[in-house]
Amino acid sequence: MTRLPTWADVVLVPVISLILAAFFAAIVLLAIGQSPWQALSVMVEGALGSAYGWGYTLYYATSFVFTGLAVIIAFHGGLFNIGGEGQAMLGGLGVALVCLYLPMPHWSLTLLLAMAAAMLFGGAWAAVPAYLQAKRGSHIVITTIMFNYIAAALLIYLLVNVLRPDGSMDPASARFSDVVGLPKFQDMPYLQDLFLKYDDAGAVKLGKDGLPTYQRVPANVTFFIALAACLAVWRLLWHTKLGYEMRSFGKQEKAANYAGISSFKIIMVAMVLSGAFSGLMAINNVMGQAERLLQNSAEGAGFIGIAVALMGRNHPLGVLLAAILFGFLYQGGAALGLNTTIPIELRTVLQGLVILFTGALDIMVRMMLGWFFSPRTTVAKGAA
Amino acid sequence: MDYGTVLQILDSTVRLGIPLLLACLAGLYSERAGIFDIGLEGKMLMAAMSSATVAALTGSVWIGLLAGIAGSMLFALVHGLASITFRGNQLISGVALNFVASGITVLIAQSIFQQGGRTAPLEGDARFLPIDLPFVEALSGVPVLGPLYAEVISGHSALVYVGILLVPLTWFVLYRTRYGLRLRAVGENPASVDTAGVSVVRLRYSAVMITGVLCGLAGAYMACGLQAGFGREMTAGRGYIALAALIFAKWRPWQALGATMLFGFFQALALRPDVVEAVVRVKVPVPALDALPYILTVVVLAGLVGKAIPPRAGGEPYVKER
Repeated sequence: MTRLPTWADVVLVPVISLILAAFFAAIVLLAIGQSPWQALSVMVEGALGSAYGWGYTLYYATSFVFTGLAVIIAFHGGLFNIGGEGQAMLGGLGVALVCLYLPMPHWSLTLLLAMAAAMLFGGAWAAVPAYLQAKRGSHIVITTIMFNYIAAALLIYLLVNVLRPDGSMDPASARFSDVVGLPKFQDMPYLQDLFLKYDDAGAVKLGKDGLPTYQRVPANVTFFIALAACLAVWRLLWHTKLGYEMRSFGKQEKAANYAGISSFKIIMVAMVLSGAFSGLMAINNVMGQAERLLQNSAEGAGFIGIAVALMGRNHPLGVLLAAILFGFLYQGGAALGLNTTIPIELRTVLQGLVILFTGALDIMVRMMLGWFFSPRTTVAKGAA
Repeated sequence: MDYGTVLQILDSTVRLGIPLLLACLAGLYSERAGIFDIGLEGKMLMAAMSSATVAALTGSVWIGLLAGIAGSMLFALVHGLASITFRGNQLISGVALNFVASGITVLIAQSIFQQGGRTAPLEGDARFLPIDLPFVEALSGVPVLGPLYAEVISGHSALVYVGILLVPLTWFVLYRTRYGLRLRAVGENPASVDTAGVSVVRLRYSAVMITGVLCGLAGAYMACGLQAGFGREMTAGRGYIALAALIFAKWRPWQALGATMLFGFFQALALRPDVVEAVVRVKVPVPALDALPYILTVVVLAGLVGKAIPPRAGGEPYVKER
């Protein structure tokens, strides 16, 4: 197979995979008698057409950045962590425990504690499958899937029997106190101007207290933590000794062992870090948005992390871009569910198709491109 | 606890164990041939939707069954294409197809029936009807065994008996036929099969398609036997429990029967927490019963109860020329 130029590998392969996924989604829409163009325009309008839409798109993207980073950390260590969902649920538990029982006088202090708890809980949930893989050779993919289900059962048990406030019927924890609420985009200076509410005449709508009113969006300060996390993961993987060890272990286990890199250490470190990042996602959805622990708090973001990592070509910058793309799909999909007769599940189909083309049919896309690139290289060589 | 309750629980064990058994045997063929398949869930879901849809439209469960098998095989074909022809990552392909199935089943059911992603409720000939085995009347007078025969063994739908018969059949195919020998060989050492002049690609495709057929049976049983129609995400993780059972059974057919019936028993118990409480005299939370199959699988994977060693070439695409 022809080796592709770097730019084609980095840009063309994901873009073509995306186009293929969109093409098949369009066929599905045509088959159920809907218009793909209408769907696309509703999605773009709903997710990107207003500051309000962006507030949701970036909120979802924040979660996906964390789970995407979690998947690439494990990938670089040669491991496929499919347990992001369970690790994010456990992270949510850690966040909820801090917010309920250890609220600090200022949100930023609680945030630090909650981040530590989220990483600890998520990391610990990944540590067991990691240990079993490293010491007992149990396949990490299967154990992490099992741990997703065990996490779900554990969470239901805790929510129904332990954390549920008296007299409440919902399987959910009590609401966190207002002290621990994270600042949302509309609470931040400068940024908030984008979310001003206007009346029909085009003037800023004022509240009863005479102050301007803002649209409420769930995107919050966690978004900036996600950006910092991308940078941190990039530094870790390409500019530290540990990152080098992880990558060499992931590429060729035996060679890494020969160079003195311990399999046990790398498997443990890669998985615990991966779990910690999945867990960290919970500060966005549990502390930043729901402000209580819900039964299905991770909402599939752990799985979307896989799509984000594949689409983002295993690089933190790619993860950021892919996370925004999936944030768009998520919010756009919600807009479809609200404004059209197309079910919201279209986004699950798109997500699956993106994973299929970028992850499993990757070689097919490369073959198509290689076919396109190879004659040119031979011509160039002949000319030289 | 009286004998009647025991029989009731055993009866639900069989009902709930059969879709697991069918899916588990489905996974067995594919994984024995060296193709990991975590997409059992998606194929079952697809089969459940297609069979319920066609059964509702035609009024015949048998045409529905064929449609279910076709839907499941379509997904199996894509999985084969990705993992055999294009040598892609089999795990990722399975994950992807599960998502596609989860979404597309709702999209199709919604566009046809407009009932919030469900299919129209099935009744009469559009469902699998229970079959009474012979001698139920004659044996009804026999103590203990008579009611057991009538309640637990007789009175299930055809697919239940098909599923049970598939166990010895699979055993025979796998260990007593040339095809089975080759199938096992291609999962352990595809190069040897290739050297013997047998097509690795064709063998693996055949295994993946058998997986499609069996998942089709599992899904059709879920939608037209166990329940009366398709609902969103109705398989509820059964594809993964089947996968767990497959590991628990260490990829062997008779053990698969044991493992799936055990997991079916747990599911039956989870429906009757009152009975569990009466027997163990401690209040056991339902989520703990739900999580039991998964915890057991992890225990088995950890090698605490004998080691579960998967087929050696599992998950690796076969490249002819190096």
